[in-house]
Amino acid sequence: MQHTISVLVENEFGVLSRVASLFSGRGFNIDSLTVAPTNEDGLSRMTIVTRGDEQILEQITKQLNKLVDVLKVIDFSDGSAIEREMVLVKVTAEDENRAEVLRIVDIFRAKIIDVTPKSYTIEATGNPAKMDALLELLRPLGLKELVRTGAVAIGRGVKGWKG
Amino acid sequence: MKMNGARILLECLKKEGVDTVFGYPGGTVINIYNELFSFKEIHHILPRHEQAGTHAADGYARATGRVGVAIATSGPGATNTVTGIATAYMDSIPMVIITGQVPTALIGNDAFQEVDIIGITRSCTKHNFLVRDVKDLATIMKKAFYIARSGRPGPVLVDLPKDVQIAQTEFVYPDTVEIRSYKPNLEGHPRQVEKAVAMLLESRRPVIYVGGGVVLGNAADELTRLARNLAVPVTTTLMGLGSFPENDPLALGMLGMHGAYCANMAMTHSDLIVAVGARFDDRVTGKIATFAPSAKIIHIDVDPTSIKKNVRVDLPIVGDVKDVLDKMIKQLDKQKENAAGLVAALAPWHGEIDGWKSKHPIGYKQSSTVIKPQFVIQKLRELSDEDAILATDVGQHQMWAAQFFQFNKPRTLLSSGGLGTMGFGLPAAMGAQAAFPERQVIAICGDGGVQMNIQEIATLVQNRLPVKIVILNNNFLGMVRQWQELFFDKRYSQTCMELPIDFVKLAEAYGAKGFSTSKPAEVETVIKQAFKEKGPVIMEFKIAREEKVLPMVPAGASLNEMVLNA
Repeated sequence: MQHTISVLVENEFGVLSRVASLFSGRGFNIDSLTVAPTNEDGLSRMTIVTRGDEQILEQITKQLNKLVDVLKVIDFSDGSAIEREMVLVKVTAEDENRAEVLRIVDIFRAKIIDVTPKSYTIEATGNPAKMDALLELLRPLGLKELVRTGAVAIGRGVKGWKG
Repeated sequence: MKMNGARILLECLKKEGVDTVFGYPGGTVINIYNELFSFKEIHHILPRHEQAGTHAADGYARATGRVGVAIATSGPGATNTVTGIATAYMDSIPMVIITGQVPTALIGNDAFQEVDIIGITRSCTKHNFLVRDVKDLATIMKKAFYIARSGRPGPVLVDLPKDVQIAQTEFVYPDTVEIRSYKPNLEGHPRQVEKAVAMLLESRRPVIYVGGGVVLGNAADELTRLARNLAVPVTTTLMGLGSFPENDPLALGMLGMHGAYCANMAMTHSDLIVAVGARFDDRVTGKIATFAPSAKIIHIDVDPTSIKKNVRVDLPIVGDVKDVLDKMIKQLDKQKENAAGLVAALAPWHGEIDGWKSKHPIGYKQSSTVIKPQFVIQKLRELSDEDAILATDVGQHQMWAAQFFQFNKPRTLLSSGGLGTMGFGLPAAMGAQAAFPERQVIAICGDGGVQMNIQEIATLVQNRLPVKIVILNNNFLGMVRQWQELFFDKRYSQTCMELPIDFVKLAEAYGAKGFSTSKPAEVETVIKQAFKEKGPVIMEFKIAREEKVLPMVPAGASLNEMVLNA
């Protein structure tokens, strides 16, 4: 089962490496990982998509909390969060395919950010499942290159991670 | 007052109450050693290998409960500390290791004697720091000590580049330090404690399972009181030995792979296991699917990651073991009638346990022609001081020491349990002796392990550390040989070390005393003579070559499927 976790960490030298080592050292899966500073002084936020059963997730959460630089671990797996991901994809498109690409881009409310006679580069944002669907539709047309940011997540409602 | 980083480092150690450090000089720590030359408040002991230096700081910490400190230079000096650091990490020992590093401008350039020790030790330290600015040094040192000794203790490494040691700044030692992302939970939740007490009072076949956490948490008194108030039997892991007096009738002895029959049977047939400062390691549980099938489990530990990691737990209590046990005792004091009721109700359980104790007690076949290792251990106990400290190396002798010595006080057994590091015994004893110059310190080693840090005899002699080194010599890598005998048809691949070594000459080469015998009748005389010596001594006992450690729970078997005779 896939889980999305947000980890609030002190922006100390080496903290990304520490978290990654924790996952690899204990055999936990990383499907995607993204990290950037937050609005709070010295704090960064990592969003990790991982896979495992309840027991594994509990261990991951506890082991992360144990790291000295980790302030808080939020588990978004109960569906109470909004998840978004950005995708940049270069699609080969010639003749009849060009119109089909434009139609798909329109349906997904994505954007064309680069164009040549033989290709389109598309920028799309949405929840990860929607991005998967977009890529599935584009695949038969010819995916030349793909870059995904990995998911970020935020809870619904007025409360922040602090309460 | 303005001073250089090297001096600030030493002042920080002094502020933290450090009086002894184990270190080895080198290019990137020469500035620290220059300051040390006139810094009288810290006693420095020079080992002959950085690995031994870290094991000594570890032994010092295990014996005293204080933070052990080691210093090494960069590159090979730092990598030589990794085994010692991993040993301390696996057993949760509070230590601060200071490594020199190349100047900050050269970091990442493949400089001479440069290694990324921060990267290398990331997975075997509780935390580590690279000091990039001398202005941060004092705060980092305070944080390092705080992290090392709080919550679940562990080794912390501080990497200190040479230019930071030379740079100068005002020395200000912070009174307190707060790490917003590190706040260990030390107080057990009162409602969880209530539930635990209720479960205990309802149980009819309870066992208290004690691990190293009770020693680290200095909670032996509370544990002993709780067990005796309710007459609940106690079993300890290798790391927990000494936290409950083994001569108490409630003591079951060590449990696990080489544990006592009665201890393993009691765990398997219990209806309630109270785990205190223990982590249900694979050496203890045997096959997890069949582990303690009818027992409810209460797990008291300061580290939440240990709870529910290997076995399902019915009642977790996160907190300092001393605090939780104390709360439990206070609650039971309010229910004296119920407590007395439990004591009476446990009589049949005690009868069952006594049955197991008499059916297969820990024992061995004595011999008049060849020295049995178990006999040596028994004699050592008989002839040593009551508060003697025993450090062991790793292997069969370690298990025999755990089974036969009898530990009644905490911090009297120093043994590498989690990592099982050969070469630990001699330097760990060295560290303990440095902490307690007046106490009797004995190192028990096999002929394999003792040679891994044999060079430390020089340190013992130079520093007048009168450690008594016992070598149980069977000319084999004993524990591996035992597995080869039981599971690989006696194919003794590379475990026979048949070269005869004159350990007496070896001791004398370093300026120590040596004794050796192969006769059972001489064992007592040798021990007595050795204990009389004022300086460090080697006692070599040529023991039976193919003796086995029993009982044994083979890998993959259930805890109650012990091999008792083989």
